[in-house]
Amino acid sequence: MAAAGTCGTGTRSTGSMVAAASTNNVTSFQRRGPRASGADSGCSRLVSIAGTRPSVRNGQLLVSTGLPALDQLLGGGLAVGTVLLIEEDKYNIYSPLLFKYFLAEGIVSGHALLVASAKEDPADILQKLPAPLIDDSYKKECDEDVCSHKMEPDIKMKIAWRYQLLPKMEAGPVSSSRFGHYYDISKRIPQELIETSKWHGFFLPEKISSAFNVESCSLTPGYMKLLQFIQNIIYKEGFDGSNPQKKQKNILRIGIQNLGSPLWGDDICCTENCDTSHSLTKFLYILRGLLRTSLSACIITMPTHLIQNKAVIARVTNLSDTVVGLESFIGSEKETNPLYKDYHGLIHIRQIPRLNNLIYDISDVKDLAFKLKKKLFTIEVSQEAGKVVWYSRLFNSS
Amino acid sequence: MFPELNNLLNTTPEGAEQGKLTLLCDAKTDGSFLVHHFLSFYLKANCKVCFVALVQSFSHYNMVGQKLGVSLTTARERGQLVVLEGLKSAVDIFFRPQEEPHPLQFLREANAGDLQPLYAFVRDALEPVDCGEAAWRCPVLLVDDLSVLLSLGVGPVAVLDFVHYCRATVCREWKGNVVALVHDSGDAEDEESDVLLNGLSHQSHLILRAEGLATGFCKDVHGQLRILWRRPLQPTTPRDRSLTYQYKIQDKSIFCCEPSSEPYSL
Repeated sequence: MAAAGTCGTGTRSTGSMVAAASTNNVTSFQRRGPRASGADSGCSRLVSIAGTRPSVRNGQLLVSTGLPALDQLLGGGLAVGTVLLIEEDKYNIYSPLLFKYFLAEGIVSGHALLVASAKEDPADILQKLPAPLIDDSYKKECDEDVCSHKMEPDIKMKIAWRYQLLPKMEAGPVSSSRFGHYYDISKRIPQELIETSKWHGFFLPEKISSAFNVESCSLTPGYMKLLQFIQNIIYKEGFDGSNPQKKQKNILRIGIQNLGSPLWGDDICCTENCDTSHSLTKFLYILRGLLRTSLSACIITMPTHLIQNKAVIARVTNLSDTVVGLESFIGSEKETNPLYKDYHGLIHIRQIPRLNNLIYDISDVKDLAFKLKKKLFTIEVSQEAGKVVWYSRLFNSS
Repeated sequence: MFPELNNLLNTTPEGAEQGKLTLLCDAKTDGSFLVHHFLSFYLKANCKVCFVALVQSFSHYNMVGQKLGVSLTTARERGQLVVLEGLKSAVDIFFRPQEEPHPLQFLREANAGDLQPLYAFVRDALEPVDCGEAAWRCPVLLVDDLSVLLSLGVGPVAVLDFVHYCRATVCREWKGNVVALVHDSGDAEDEESDVLLNGLSHQSHLILRAEGLATGFCKDVHGQLRILWRRPLQPTTPRDRSLTYQYKIQDKSIFCCEPSSEPYSL
């Protein structure tokens, strides 16, 4: 299933739109010192990898989720070696967008991809990724609402005039290529970008055969196969440092869609007390073990609204690092609420990990809403919604 | 370790009590700062520590430990600290079958039996060795955390049995301490977690419970810490003592204060 494309970081066609952005001169910026994840304990110098940057707080290596607004809410980005769990909205309309942003960011940054799905062929998923926007067209496309909080490019800085020359939107030390891009949902990603990228696909119906012989270990066969596939890719491609001299280091972005749904062979969404109740939690634990010992980051979308057993949701949250929940207004009473009329749903940052630290960056804002415009998915602070939520808590007992 | 927390608990590394089971518990918040506190506390107290780290990688604990003034790598090299890294071992067990029994081998089995291999690992790690070398003060077992074992398919009774065995050996026989973190699932109706938590609460000498504030998120106060002394070791002390503080975690320290009687202004 893996495309036989050449490695993304090496070759770039000059016609590619974002070639200019990502083939900046690789700086000699090298970080010394221990890193949180990554198995090369013998190598203390980390050559900067495209599409990553160290966290401002503790030097943790971060990758972008594809949505700069979400990166900011998560404290700069998603840490390498961790899991981002997206709790799907009720009709699974908006969570695939976050999934696609993550993968598109991987292609644009030159990272390797691993896409796993039980529902859709990974090749089809990649075809539907949004197209990246370069700086000029982004300024033309977006509305004033989104741009209003950005600095006016015409304001001249009198004293710190040198800073005017730096690219905007960068909040921390810059790695070798840009961190975080914007995408146009109404357009598809150009075919040549997909072809030059390195991706591996896991489509469950193709991997599972009817006569399946696996030693029972309380993991459903689908999860078992997926774990073995991921481990195989990590080992063969050297993301865990097993082939140190092979080639330039790269990040593996893993995307798993609808984990826990019945299509994966797990009935945790169907019944309250199921036989394979530990299958999902065991899978998450071992997956996290794989991620912590390799240069990879993972996004998982999970239909938690279908899981009957609340205890399992609590356990799954504890076993993930970052958890973001989407709540869409479709079909709920909030859809007709005039205060929510500008938004499509609420976004809840349920958990942010404390990695290598006692404290973490948590934004003060708790009432966040999202809006799907024609070309962009935006996250905004809903001031009005804050008041509404407070009042509704007062009057509703549930 | 946090000196403020030592003051609240009325202990010092030099005068640490022995033979105790301390239960760390968190509800609606992250109680891992307590694990970091006790880990650095017992290392500074010159105790031999066996750390079963099931939740995060070793380097995470090491980096936080450096902020609190201990170096876990040095302690490990000296033989003072034995660490079982759950995440790394899980990958090894799962993908590369082992011949000899591994403490976490229940991961490969369909019906997770009991935690005897894990107990055997703890016993081998903490067994006092009389050979005249630098004698450590007392053995300490630290587990982060026990609730993960429930998620991995081990039953609550098996976990309680494991703690019981450890207590009998480490606390009673070798006069050491056991510290374990358990998550309180609150209203998530996790029966197994409740069984485990209630069972351990009854056995513990000291319970530290970190709770999120009932009123929700607050920038200045991260939560509330309840300290409950049970089973006083002196028979003269009549009843259990309990204290409540509100805390805020800072980069290298923790700030505790008495809960104010006025509601916080928004």
